[in-house]
Formats: sequence, C-alpha cells, structure tokens
Amino acid sequence: MNGGKIVKVSGPLVIASDLTEVKMYDVVKVGLPQLIGEVIGLDGNTAFIQVYEETSGVGPEEPVISTGEPLSVELGPGLIGGIYDGIQRPLTVIQQMSGNWIARGIDIPKLDRKKKWTFKAKVSKGDQVVTGDIIGTVQETELVEQKIMVPPGLAGEVTMIKSGDFSVEEVVCQLKQDGQSADIKMAQRWPVRKMRPVKEKLPPVEPLVTGQRVIDTFFPVAKGGTACIPGPFGSGKTVVQHQLAKWADAQIIVYVGCGERGNEMTDVLMEFPQLKDPRSGEPLIKRTVLIANTSNMPVSAREASVYTGITIAEYFRDMGYTVALMADSTSRWAEALREMSGRLEEMPGEEGYPAYLSMRLAEFYERAGKVKCACSEDREGSLSVVGAVSPPGGDLSDPVVQSTLRVVKVFWSLDDKLAYMRHFPAINWLSSYSLYLDNISDYLGKRISPDFLALRREAIKLLQDEASLEEIVRLVGVESLSPNDRLTLATAKSLREDFLHQMAFDPEDTYTSLQKQHLLLKLIMHFHHLAKAAVSRKLNLDEILKYKVREKIAKAKYIPENNLKIFNELLNEIENVFKAV
Amino acid sequence: MSKAKEYSTVTSIAGPLLMVEHTAGIKYDEIAEIILKNGEVRHGRVLEINQDKALIQLFEGSMGLNLADSRVRFLGKSLELGVSLDMLGRIFNGLGHPIDKGPDIIPESKLDINGLSINPCARDYPNEFIQTGISAIDGMTTLVRGQKLPIFSAAGLPHNELAAQIARQAKVLGQEEQFAVVFGAMGITFEEADYFITDFKKTGAIERAVLFMNLADDPAIERIATPRMALTCAEYLAFEKGMHVLVILTDMTNYCEALRQISAARKEIPGRRGYPGYMYTDLATIYERAGRIIGQKGSITQFPILTMPEDDKTHPIPDLTGYITEGQVILSRELHRRSIYPPIDILPSLSRLKEKGIGENKTRGDHGSVTSQIFSSYARGKEVKELAVILGEAALTETDKIYARFSDDLEATFISQKEDDERSIADTLDLCWKLLLLFPRNELKRIKDADIEKYYLKGQQFEDK
Repeated sequence: MNGGKIVKVSGPLVIASDLTEVKMYDVVKVGLPQLIGEVIGLDGNTAFIQVYEETSGVGPEEPVISTGEPLSVELGPGLIGGIYDGIQRPLTVIQQMSGNWIARGIDIPKLDRKKKWTFKAKVSKGDQVVTGDIIGTVQETELVEQKIMVPPGLAGEVTMIKSGDFSVEEVVCQLKQDGQSADIKMAQRWPVRKMRPVKEKLPPVEPLVTGQRVIDTFFPVAKGGTACIPGPFGSGKTVVQHQLAKWADAQIIVYVGCGERGNEMTDVLMEFPQLKDPRSGEPLIKRTVLIANTSNMPVSAREASVYTGITIAEYFRDMGYTVALMADSTSRWAEALREMSGRLEEMPGEEGYPAYLSMRLAEFYERAGKVKCACSEDREGSLSVVGAVSPPGGDLSDPVVQSTLRVVKVFWSLDDKLAYMRHFPAINWLSSYSLYLDNISDYLGKRISPDFLALRREAIKLLQDEASLEEIVRLVGVESLSPNDRLTLATAKSLREDFLHQMAFDPEDTYTSLQKQHLLLKLIMHFHHLAKAAVSRKLNLDEILKYKVREKIAKAKYIPENNLKIFNELLNEIENVFKAV
Repeated sequence: MSKAKEYSTVTSIAGPLLMVEHTAGIKYDEIAEIILKNGEVRHGRVLEINQDKALIQLFEGSMGLNLADSRVRFLGKSLELGVSLDMLGRIFNGLGHPIDKGPDIIPESKLDINGLSINPCARDYPNEFIQTGISAIDGMTTLVRGQKLPIFSAAGLPHNELAAQIARQAKVLGQEEQFAVVFGAMGITFEEADYFITDFKKTGAIERAVLFMNLADDPAIERIATPRMALTCAEYLAFEKGMHVLVILTDMTNYCEALRQISAARKEIPGRRGYPGYMYTDLATIYERAGRIIGQKGSITQFPILTMPEDDKTHPIPDLTGYITEGQVILSRELHRRSIYPPIDILPSLSRLKEKGIGENKTRGDHGSVTSQIFSSYARGKEVKELAVILGEAALTETDKIYARFSDDLEATFISQKEDDERSIADTLDLCWKLLLLFPRNELKRIKDADIEKYYLKGQQFEDK
C-alpha cells in the first residue's frame, strides 16, 4: 500500500504523481470517493490511470492509493445467474445499496461472502494434486456443477480436505509442497488480462449447434471457434446474439453487454428466467453469466468488461465445460480504447484508433479454443467466442471489422437490405463464410446424414445462381429465361423464404435441431431435383410450381421437433406427385 | 462555502474555452461563474484540471470577456436544475431560466443535470403500447412506453409537424394517467420554436408541457446543457411525481455540432467528420435516460429529432444515434415530394421494442403477422416498380402488377393521413387487411391460417360494408 496524489483530471483519465512501486495494470483507488482505476501508463514519477467510474468532483491534491494487485476477477460458486458490471461488481447488490441509480465508489465483494455452498470433496488426504485438479464440487444450479480446482501455480500433497457447507472464503483444503503449506478456498482470483493456463490447444471438430438454420447449415461455428457479426444498426445483431445465448448447445453462456442499450440487458434479465433450455428443460438463466456495461456507464469499465467476461468463461472451460461467450459489441470496446488513447495523446492509427487495436483484438479472440485443460487427468473444455461489431454506417472497411476478420474464422455478414424486407436473421448468404466446414464435416456426415454437406453446397450454388440470374431478369425480364433457370429462381426463393428466413419470436420457429434442418433442406432440394427432371421431360414448369405440396413445404418449418416423421411423409408425397404426372 | 474565492488569473480564452491558473481545490466537472467587468455573470464547467490550471468550457460564449478584468468563482458543484411541479406550462431558456415573463420557480429540490445511470437490474422492460394515432408508426414502428425512438429527418421535411402531432395524440390505451411533455429545443429557429409554442397553446397541450428553448441565435455551447436540463426535469416528473413523460429533443444535429466545436477548441484528435471520438458515449448519456424503473409508476419516452446532413443515414450523427436508440423513424424526401404526409419510409424505419408492445391484450393478435406481411409485400412492390421503370409496365407479370398497385395504395391510404387525423390501432390494422385483400392467399406467406380465419374474413365483411 502506498499513496500518491492526483495531478490532473480529464474525464476518465487521471494522472497521479508519487505513486512509488506501482506496476502497470495495478488497480488503484482514486480520490476521496475512492473510485476504482487501473494504471495504464508510467512516466517517471507520474502514473496514468483510467478510472472505471465517473470522475466529476475529483480534483488535484486528492489521494491515490495503490492496491498492488492487477485487475482481477473472483472465480467460484455464485457466478451463475448473476449480473455484473464491467469490473465484476454485482449489480443486484449495488441496487440494494444505492437504489435504482448506480452510485460511485461502491466497493463490494464480487462473490457473495455470506452464502454457504455445499462442498463435496473429491480427493482425500494424502493424494497428490496439481494445478487444475478437481478437489471437490458444488452443485450451483440444477444445470451447473461447479468444480473446485486447484488454483494455477499450486500443487502438492493434500494434507486436509473437508466436505460440508462453507462460504467461498473458508478454507476447504490444504496442500503441502516443498515443506510449505497452502490454503485452498472455493473462490480463486485471476487477473483479467492474462489467459488462464491450459495444457494444450486442440483443433475444434464439433459444431456449436445454435438452432439457427442459416448459421448451423450454411455458416456453422465450431465448439471452441470464433465468429463475428458485423452489421449496420437495425440489421439484427443483438437479436442474433440473443438467439445464440438462448439456444446454443453450450453448457455455460457468458453474455457481455458492452456499451449497448440498458433495455436490452433488461430484456435478457427478464426473459432468461422464463425461457427453458431445449435440452434440459431448466430455465436458461441457470447456465448464464451476464456482464452489463451499458452505453451510459463509464467508458473505461467498458474496456474491462470483455476481459472480465472472457476470464469467467475460461474458468468454466477449465472445468471441462463447453462455454460460449457473446460480446455485444466489440466496437464499443474498441471505441473505449480509442477514447483513452486520445486522452493519453498517443499517435493515432486508422480512424483515430490506437495502433495496437488489432493486436488487442487478436489477443482477445485467441483466448477462445478447444483445449486440454491444465490438470493431471484427461479433461477437455472449449470456449467459443462470438463478437458483434457495429461499424459506422455499416461500412465493412472499418478498422475494427477488418482487424476482427483477420482473426476470426466465421463471418456472418448482416445486410440492412434484408432487414428492410424483414428477412431475419438478416445474414447475407453470399458474403458470409465459415472456415470450420472441413473441421466439422466428419461430425455432420456421421451424426446427421452423409448427404448433408452436399445438399448445403447445392443450395448455396442455387442462391449464387439466383443472384446472377436476377441481373439478367432486371435487364430482359423473367419471360426470357429458360424453364431451368426459372426453376432455379423458384427454388432459391423457396430456400430464402422457407429455410433461411427464421422468426426469432415464433415459439416453434425460434429453434431448429440439426436433424430438422437437414430434413427441411432435403425437402426443398428433393422437390427441386424432381422438378428439374420433370422439366427435362418437357413438363410445364408453371404447372409444377402450382403443386399443392409446395405450400406444405413452405409450412414445414413449423412442424414440431417431436414429430419429425411428417417429413418422411412429405418426401413420399413429393415423389408421388411427380410419379402421377 | 457561501463566499467562494474569486480568481482573477484568467490566462487565455480560445473560442468557448477559458483557462484559469493558480487555482487550488478545484474539482473536475464543477461549475464556475465568470464575472465580467460590467457585473454580468456567465457560467462554465471545468473540462480538465491539471495541477493549478483549470480549463473551463463557457456556456454563454466568450464575447466581451477579457483576461484582465474577468473574475472566476468556482461553485463546488455540478450544474443543477431547480425542479418543481410549477414548471409545467412554463418556458425556459437552454440553461433552465424562465423566459416567459412568469415568476421564478421555487425549487422543490435541486438536481445534478448529468444524472446517474439507471442500474440495468432496476429497469423495467418497456412493453406498454403507446398509440400515436399515426398508422405508419402504430402499425409498423410501434412505440412503447420507455422507448427512445428518434426521427431521422432532413432539411425541409415536416418533422416538426409530425413531432407536434405525436405530442398531441400520444396515449396509452384504456388508461387515464398523468401525462406530460418535456420539450428541449437546441439551436432551432424562432419560427420553429414559435410553431411548437403556438401549437401547444392552441391545443391546450402547454398545460402539461415544460419547454426548454435554446434558439439558433443563443450561444451554441449552451446546447450542451439543454437536453440534460430537459431530461433532468423529465426524470423528476417521471420518477418522483409518477408521470408518463414524453421528451422531444430537437435538433440533435445542432447539439452534436456544439460538441464538435468544443472538441475542436480543445485540439482533440477528431474522429469521423471531425466529430469527437467520444460522441457515442456522450449521446448515450442523453438517450439512455429514457426508460422505466421497476416499481415506479412513471416513465420517460424519448423522441429525439435529428436532421441528416445531405439525407445521409451513414453520417456520424444519425449513425451513432441509431446504434443507441431502439429503432428509428426515417422520413423520406421522395414521399414528401409526392405530398404524402407523414412521409415515413416504413422499410428502413424500425422499432426494436415493437414485438414486446404488440399482440393479444396489447394491440391485437394479428398485429405481428399482418405488419410483417405488409413489410415484405411493400418491399417486393417497390422492387417491382423499379423494374417497371426499366422494362415498362407491360413486362410485369399479373402478380407483379398486384404488388405495384398494393404499394401505391399503401402509400396513398395507409401511410398518408391528415395532421389532425387520429386513427385507433384497430382502424390501422383493419386498413392493413383491406390492403392485403388485393392478394391471393398463397402470396400471404407470413400470415397464419388462424389469423386468416379470425381477421381476414372479418376484413372481408369490412370490405362489404
């Protein structure tokens, strides 16, 4: 503990002098209200501090105290279902303390200190354990069993272990290593800007099933993969992020609302306790951690929020869980970087963003991945990261989009033209891509159907053909096209309207399993194949397109998940219709 | 602190900024009074404080100030607004001083105009439908209580008429509750201001309105405070007096320009088009002050108006606004040229909270699917009409012709309405069905059979009458 004093205040940037022994990224308490800040630069006797709270009313000569520790999160039972601000202060507790408005200088424990958790020991006295080994478990919610691990850096022989009801601060286990003894509590701390250690990184091979047809079938993301969703405002970034948070088949969801609307976080807070996980039937909130730093909350805490989120996500990954993190939106994070950089009077790079923007983004996304967890047993976990980007004017040449695209493997390009037509999710099928198809083709071929990827390829080709045919139609009219080309247009339209278009607000349409996605695609393509054969037999295309069965195809997306055999009946019906003529 | 120390150590004045040296004990963001030689008092705010140098942003401009005779007094608090119920029906300048020749307000309490952020946990989700009586808004970009829905307009378009109509007609169905309008004008002309004041007086709306007027010839920097004054007053009325407050802020473009002016004077690194990099955050501190709070009766609904320079939606002001607000209502010059009022371009317009405010028990069960169908059919209709321009009417198929006719009819009967025409939501939706009757059933893909049974047939009867 050592104290200095404030020299200069300029918005979220405070410059202090005489802070001896302070290190980069140490947390400091600033001024009389003891605002929380972080050292982001040192120059001789002065320290540059970004303050995570509003600095009005703070002035020179006020004290600054260093805590000597970097910005850290507390990891342990109590995380799930919670909502935290950018530096992991529980917002519900803040509400109890300061009412409906967020007051400043509140220093509260990040995890509940009083609550007792039932700890079940999994090792016994005399066992040898290393970093990451599970010493016991706590059933935190119906969906999540927290595994209490040996914190990074510790290893040795268990000299004491006890089961029972404890708070996160009580010692539940003691280790002896090289004659020194170490206490283990259920909660551990970890600095947010540092990746948690893993044994080994593995290539991702399984798809993260999201229930969104355009994503799962056309542009899938793998478990442990990275994706980005750039798009102009109003194109549905947040709805896609919410859909992923709701339906992705991850065991833990970390949702970071970074510099976005307050009402959107409220929406999540109110909706998730009501929504049921399609696999377990339990409320979704029981597997979710929320980080909310809305746009009117202090800028620098916005910068910290994505790190807070990903560190919590890594902690659950280390337990062996499938974790997915959604960050909405990384542009606001980049803007926070830009604002601080401007106040530090650094030389700007593109568009005023600091020159280290792409490095920071790459570091962040690289924390995703499928890993062998650091522990003595064979445990695998994965962390997928999906970041929304909000480029100004929807312009994809924006530095944040470009830097992001260099590191992520999946690009879901949101298109405002589609949004205007209320085609949702407004993911453009021509410009989006996924680089995980090769990784997961084995999985899809074995688990779903061998023809899945072939159907997908064909469908995408039809949509591409449609785009070029439309140019011709624009010039010479639809009549001048051959029946084959007109069939292409009709099938592409069916693909767009009956397959890609998916209503997030419709209870049946909001989630589609991979099996159903395959059947639905097969239905459309089956009709296409038979129609194509019929056209080559010189049957009238206009007659074919009037078949009643097409209306049934259009409604097939509303067929309930528990009644998928209807699809087989429909497939037969299509065959019979064509046989009849 | 009754007699604060006065500094006569002003060392530089540049544009709206003033530097005072040899200060002690000054805090960031506190308010300063600058006393001129002739006794006139102006106001400023501490923007930056570096050791014993304080940089002050002047609200009323620097005209007539000099270095030698100006004295500066720091008040040790942020800019505050004295609030009271007596403010209803009154007109204030951009800094909250009465300009309607009425008596001074005796404040019930004094509130910091910067406010605090609402804890996301304390927010209540906006889901109560507000009927504005305007079909294009009620039907397509539905407004709900606690929402912030800006109007993206452009020079020469009737956004003031639209805003005034909304202020007159807005109501929540089936409820009689205390309703107030807070009007914040930033840099608008006398005529525009006069239009609102006259309209409010004529319709009696003034009784439940508070007006903050910063006109085009008032100091530009004062505009930085004006929306915050208006919102502080709104928060008082909403969360202390339980009223439902509609806040109209016009014109946000002028506000952003004032922000740019200060940023330029501080020689900050400019972002896009010279606007400061923190404009998003700054705008968010205004727009995010809309909302509802759990357990509180009142609400704040915001209608900011901005004029898009060169009708360009990607200009930083509309762009950043769109990223913060919950949708946008976009006015179209093309519709305006064809004398359609309100010239709302429904395709790019959007209300993010629509889904929560519509449906059974709120508006009507068919609202969602019917308007989704209208969007998709209108988009197709517009495409068809573009095609017709290239290829000629003759090249259109029969179905395409229906689409073309539909989009004409929609613009003429649904979007277009008179300034004093107040349509109920049922009227608006019946109008939708009437328009959709043009199509054969298989073209209405977004509508479920059940809704057809319940409402399409009803629409048919409607037609027969």
